[in-house]
Amino acid sequence: MPASKPTVAVYKFSSCDGCQLSLLNMEDELLDLANAVEIAFFLEATRASQPGPYDIALVEGSVTTEHEVERIKEIRSQAKILIALGTCATAGGIQALRNFADADDYAKIVYDHPEYLHFLKTSKPMSEYVTVDMELWGCPVNKAQVIEVIVSLLNNRKPNLPSYPVCLECKRRGTICVLVDKGIPCLGPGTVAGCGALCPACGRGCYGCFGPAHQMNFESLSVINQKLERYPGEAYRLFRGISGYAPDFRKTADAISSTPKEIK
Amino acid sequence: MKTIEVPALARVEGEGGLYIGLQDGKAVEVRLDIYEPPRFFEGFLRDRFIQEVPDITARICGICPVAYQMSSAYAIENALDIKISPDARTLRRLMYCGEYIESHALHIYMLQAPDLFGKDSAFELAAIAPDVVKNALRLKKIGNQILKAIGGRSVHPVNVCIGGFYSWPEAAPIQALLPDLEWGLQTAIDCVKWAVTLPYPELEIDYEFVALHHPDEYGVIEGEIWSSKGRKLAIADYEKGYIEEHVKRSNALHGRTIDGNTYLVGPLSRINLNHEQLLPAAKKALKDAKLKLPIKNPYKSLIARAIELVDFYEEAIQLVKSYKPVGPAHVELKLKAGEGAGATEAPRGLLYHRYKIDENGLVKFAKITPPTAQNLPRIEADLLAMAPKIVKMPEAEATLTAEHLVRAYDPCISCATHFLKLKIEEVG
Repeated sequence: MPASKPTVAVYKFSSCDGCQLSLLNMEDELLDLANAVEIAFFLEATRASQPGPYDIALVEGSVTTEHEVERIKEIRSQAKILIALGTCATAGGIQALRNFADADDYAKIVYDHPEYLHFLKTSKPMSEYVTVDMELWGCPVNKAQVIEVIVSLLNNRKPNLPSYPVCLECKRRGTICVLVDKGIPCLGPGTVAGCGALCPACGRGCYGCFGPAHQMNFESLSVINQKLERYPGEAYRLFRGISGYAPDFRKTADAISSTPKEIK
Repeated sequence: MKTIEVPALARVEGEGGLYIGLQDGKAVEVRLDIYEPPRFFEGFLRDRFIQEVPDITARICGICPVAYQMSSAYAIENALDIKISPDARTLRRLMYCGEYIESHALHIYMLQAPDLFGKDSAFELAAIAPDVVKNALRLKKIGNQILKAIGGRSVHPVNVCIGGFYSWPEAAPIQALLPDLEWGLQTAIDCVKWAVTLPYPELEIDYEFVALHHPDEYGVIEGEIWSSKGRKLAIADYEKGYIEEHVKRSNALHGRTIDGNTYLVGPLSRINLNHEQLLPAAKKALKDAKLKLPIKNPYKSLIARAIELVDFYEEAIQLVKSYKPVGPAHVELKLKAGEGAGATEAPRGLLYHRYKIDENGLVKFAKITPPTAQNLPRIEADLLAMAPKIVKMPEAEATLTAEHLVRAYDPCISCATHFLKLKIEEVG
């Protein structure tokens, strides 16, 4: 094997496995990928592992335990390039809903003996604990974007990832605007593209699983979504969802909940 | 050899370890350690609107999100007394075909088969059997394409809603799958022939098999919960037959029958209880495999998955050919307070959900029992049963045989953990 073949390690933190599965779902590219890089650690795919350091670490999941805090620091120290893979790793994921509640209350709801559990009161992204070189959003990530990132690293160029919102993907695929035309609440105007605008194409609003797009007018997006609510609190819950701990969505939901006569 | 210890199990979904403590050549302690952290789904589901539930529960598992969407949708539809249209029901079955194909092809070839060839991964398997792995990837991809055509993407698809689907998927991309599905059916039949030739470790366990049973179709989305010991329960009565027991040793909830016994869910249970409902090609594949029913060897659940792969390819072909939906894709919701249970067969076994909702459509209580939690005591009991054989093996082989047993179950630790009472072992 040539010495220049970069080593890749894949890790899982608190998550559903879906982003790692997106790697295994590269049915057309998987064997080529396994030839182009050295898969040095990938527990879901192989028993074989090599010790670090690694050129690239792909990390799925969020940090929800003390042990995970130590683990991500160790992984960081072993990785030249650390990539946060998916919305758990970039924003804490759906389990970050505990950040807006008392995690002990959740533990009491679910478990008879919460005292046996070891968990942090928060679910946070990798970037709150270590320096992250690249973030790939999505719940799950789009495998074409994963390939783009790996190929760009292999070729020493910047990856070509969208920064524009889901709206442009709707226009491109010819989907009539669900928000304007059908009056359905939708986070598309404030969510970064990457999924292919799947939800509006099914006739439903975007629920923001690729996270907030940069420098959007979230206040205005909040106002229009509140006007279109089909049940009380719909807009609030849209922002406080899969990417709810991402700062722009977090602040927008906070603003709604602190406004009088809104949900309760 | 004092212990057999695998601190981090490879090729399973989620993170777990395996520990067998030995004394005088006998296993005295067997543990499947779960160090996947809890995520509290039943906690944060509270006060979410019912229409959000399928999107949220999908995130319990990236490998079988459709199962979570389906069980939660049926449970909530039952709470609201909603009946989805026959065409929506058919499309849900087709979607489930896609998930079974994707999940089983992944497990058969990429997770379990490497053990039978003494390889560490499918990548290594590809070096000696490139065609097997290439076919495996294509088999798997077709399952994902079904999911994509119906739900937009294969992991966390977006089209399932309470009441049916948000919209009918276009017919053309679904029908375009037919040639691939025909290829898949033939390849799956070959997969069964190949699967029966593999060298499985010997082990026979007198399981209580538990699965959904439907008289007119292979039980996946509706029917009764049957047990090989004769217990037959309506889905709503699941909790009258099956309980979760707090086992102090592992601090984990373990599934037990009401009589205190362990039981098995998953492909072996389905094939053993429901083989008469298999479609013709799958029935023939089972007959040609010349297996004695019931299949009692947990390692041979690979063969059961292969037979199901045939069945779901066969069903997918039928459903794709007849796909012509009429009327609205979903029933309009009429909110009311209520309670409802739902159970469907996830690829790994019975998946039970129960919800209480209020008059505003907000979830007030959620209970989710995933297949792996029900199988957990069984996996440990099997390891104990296997121990006398394992201890006579050289250490590397002993470890691999024990690991292989766990992998044969296709445990989904990510799924199981959101509610397990766990003691996080500081390993890994």
